Amino acid sequence: MNKEPLFHISKRGAVPWYAAWAIRGCAVLLALIVCALITTLVTGENPISVYVTIFNGTFGSPRRMWVTFQNVAILLCISLAVTPAFRMRFWNIGGEGQTLIGCLASAACMILLRDALPGWAIICCMIVSSIVAGAIWGGIPAFFKARWGTNETLFTLMMNYIATQLVAFFCVVWESPKGSGQIGIINQKTELGWLPVIGGQRYLLNILVVAVLTVVMYIYLNYSKHGYEISVVGESERTARYVGIKVDRVIMRTMLLSGGICGIAGLLLVGSTDHTLTTTLAGGNGFTAVMVSWLAKFNPIWMILTSFLLAFLSKGAGEISKAFALNQSFSDILTGVILFFIIGSEFFINYRIHFRHGKKEG
Amino acid sequence: MENRVPAVELRHITKRFGPVVANRDVSMAIRRGEILALLGENGSGKTTLMNMLSGIYYPDEGQILIDGKEVVIRAPKDAFELGIGMIHQHFKLVDVLSAAENIVLGMKGKLDLNGAIERINAICQQYGFEVDPRQKIYDMSVSQKQTVEIVKVLYRGADILILDEPTAVLTPQEADKLFNVLRNMRDDGKAIVIITHKMHEVESLSDRVAVLRAGEYIGDMLTAETNAQEMTNMMVGHSVTLNINRPEPVDPRPRLEVRDLTVRNEDGILKLDGVSFTANAGEILGIAGISGSGQKELLEAIAGLQPTERGDIEYIENDGARERLIGKDPLKIQEMGVVLSFVPEDRLGMGLVGNMDLNDNMMLRSFRKGRSLFTDRKTPHQVAEHVVHDLDVATPSLSTPVRRLSGGNVQKVLVGREITQAPSVLMTAYAVRGLDINSSYVIYDLINRQKAAGVAVIYVGEDLDVLVELADRILVLCGGKVSGIVDGRKTNKRELGLMMTRIGGMRHE
Repeated sequence: MNKEPLFHISKRGAVPWYAAWAIRGCAVLLALIVCALITTLVTGENPISVYVTIFNGTFGSPRRMWVTFQNVAILLCISLAVTPAFRMRFWNIGGEGQTLIGCLASAACMILLRDALPGWAIICCMIVSSIVAGAIWGGIPAFFKARWGTNETLFTLMMNYIATQLVAFFCVVWESPKGSGQIGIINQKTELGWLPVIGGQRYLLNILVVAVLTVVMYIYLNYSKHGYEISVVGESERTARYVGIKVDRVIMRTMLLSGGICGIAGLLLVGSTDHTLTTTLAGGNGFTAVMVSWLAKFNPIWMILTSFLLAFLSKGAGEISKAFALNQSFSDILTGVILFFIIGSEFFINYRIHFRHGKKEG
Repeated sequence: MENRVPAVELRHITKRFGPVVANRDVSMAIRRGEILALLGENGSGKTTLMNMLSGIYYPDEGQILIDGKEVVIRAPKDAFELGIGMIHQHFKLVDVLSAAENIVLGMKGKLDLNGAIERINAICQQYGFEVDPRQKIYDMSVSQKQTVEIVKVLYRGADILILDEPTAVLTPQEADKLFNVLRNMRDDGKAIVIITHKMHEVESLSDRVAVLRAGEYIGDMLTAETNAQEMTNMMVGHSVTLNINRPEPVDPRPRLEVRDLTVRNEDGILKLDGVSFTANAGEILGIAGISGSGQKELLEAIAGLQPTERGDIEYIENDGARERLIGKDPLKIQEMGVVLSFVPEDRLGMGLVGNMDLNDNMMLRSFRKGRSLFTDRKTPHQVAEHVVHDLDVATPSLSTPVRRLSGGNVQKVLVGREITQAPSVLMTAYAVRGLDINSSYVIYDLINRQKAAGVAVIYVGEDLDVLVELADRILVLCGGKVSGIVDGRKTNKRELGLMMTRIGGMRHE
């Protein structure tokens, strides 16, 4: 009869921040150890040299560092975009499409206006049109949600595919050279519509724009009336109505903002980084951004860390598959293990596990 | 009686939630053929203790003995096998299934619905339940649903029954019926535990009373040998007065006039039908009625949250000027300069945001003030400090999410915020539901102070004992219609109970 369970789980109260971060730190450490074990067992490679390769692949040279920071900047930008929607419990997983449509708008300005306007005017048009395009792409699902209560997750997801197909279509329309089905570097000779290079560093502009955006978003979400309304709507629509917040209007406004910032990401990609348009330009960052935002608990400042972590992981993972001639899938396994531990650590922050006591006499 | 082996014995039970100790070293016994009332203030650990018996929580320390044998209850399944059944405050029934289907749901073996119905009828006959096993749950009243829950645990062979605040949702007549059934069950030799706040229920129903205070077991006594005052003192830890004040209204004048108000809900069902009344400043208008008789729709319609079909709601200024409230949303009403405070029934789902801390919750009403793009955090912080201090809110800090507070403290925060607005109309829905005696009296006192300050108070209540002691006039709703408006000083519980179930009754006005 005396079968006390082997362990039982109880909820913790509030955990001090240092304990929470200690638990998260342990999780990352454990993840690295497990990854090392898997690497050695499966491939026979020395795990230390694998980690060194990951690190070198990301920070090995100034150029690589700049590329890494550029990747982080774009990922962070899209993450910042989806975060206000997430705080509102509006699951915008259409960051990919909203970014792509921003790319398309920028590219369209560069191609269609290059004979009509001077460079600075083209850039102005690009800024406006990419933001508007992204906002429209985010606004459509919001409108349907606010008006008819449609499911935003499916809606935003589907909008991604429409955006991809639109881009594919215009890639053919604007193909260069003819018959290639691709748009090469746009305005390569004239550099019309290319965003200016600051301090001789190609990527510095993107990084600065996103840095400013991060701070602004943090302040907007935490200190502005709009940010407060977003939180209230997210926590409870009934409470929001009770205090006279117009829920529909907040949903629309927030999604226009969300889509608009995705449009900025698209602008930076086309105008500053790649100067071209392809269907894979957003590179899955629209989906990774969901993870970045969640891992940081929707806090823009923590998102700098988490976007860095995820960009680092994917970059490093790609690097080892090259350096050790391993399949790309192997790097996915390592990324998966690390994410599993990081997400799993949240359980241990919220719950405590009690093991069976040695003695039972009271 | 004392020398029999108790049905349940708890020995040195301790349960912690993080740093909070919900139960500390509790030892007590539950006996067969006895109704035990478990008394205690909010957060005193009554429900936690009983949840450990029914397998929802697992104790950190201590032992549980059933019929003298030590047992381990890891899951509700274990509790069922030991014959322990708990009836929770929130029913766990599938709406689209019939009573019988709900009762046999999840049981092992072949499904024999007809056999089950026979057994259910036998159980009903034995104890005096009134259930139609074939009736669908969505067709049932709250009291019928509760009966199904009780029959369900009996059907599964429970002989130790735990009821968590069973009368909170019942009319006095329904509660009496339930008590008769419980007495029959006791006479049949079952062990019954009832968790409650209402003293008169304890006195009329239970054989023995056990008192918990702040998670600790204070003691038990025979009901016959004690009285409400002594029990209350034990619960609270010091003596309290049990009388509700009802000062005479000072200079009552019409403040809010509702005429022919008719409301349909989203499904097109008529919830309010031609409701007319006037609420006076400096007066408490009580609203009585079986739950779901239109109380919620009435208050929400006045607050501008509920679309109306017909009728008029007018706010009357001190100088007699009238302004229409109907068709305006809360924001417009606020912009008109009418300060309307509303303490809704659903505190954490509507009145407050559970995941936000006290400061941010105070901000809900005031965050729009000023032209700045940014929120003013200083004033809400000061308001929070005042509310915590004035109403004696027990909270670890002002930055604690309100969902972590106990029910009574959540309500103090909500009422405190609404009163800070200096309202001219205060509406409260079930302001003391689930609150212990001490907190309830704090709330009554606050409401009385608002009345003295010339606020028109609309108090929707379920405890008729309180309504007849607190309210100046009582409006009784019955199925969305006004069954009558009576003078609170001249009416009684019986009269109200009859008016709640049937349109009519005498009008004192």
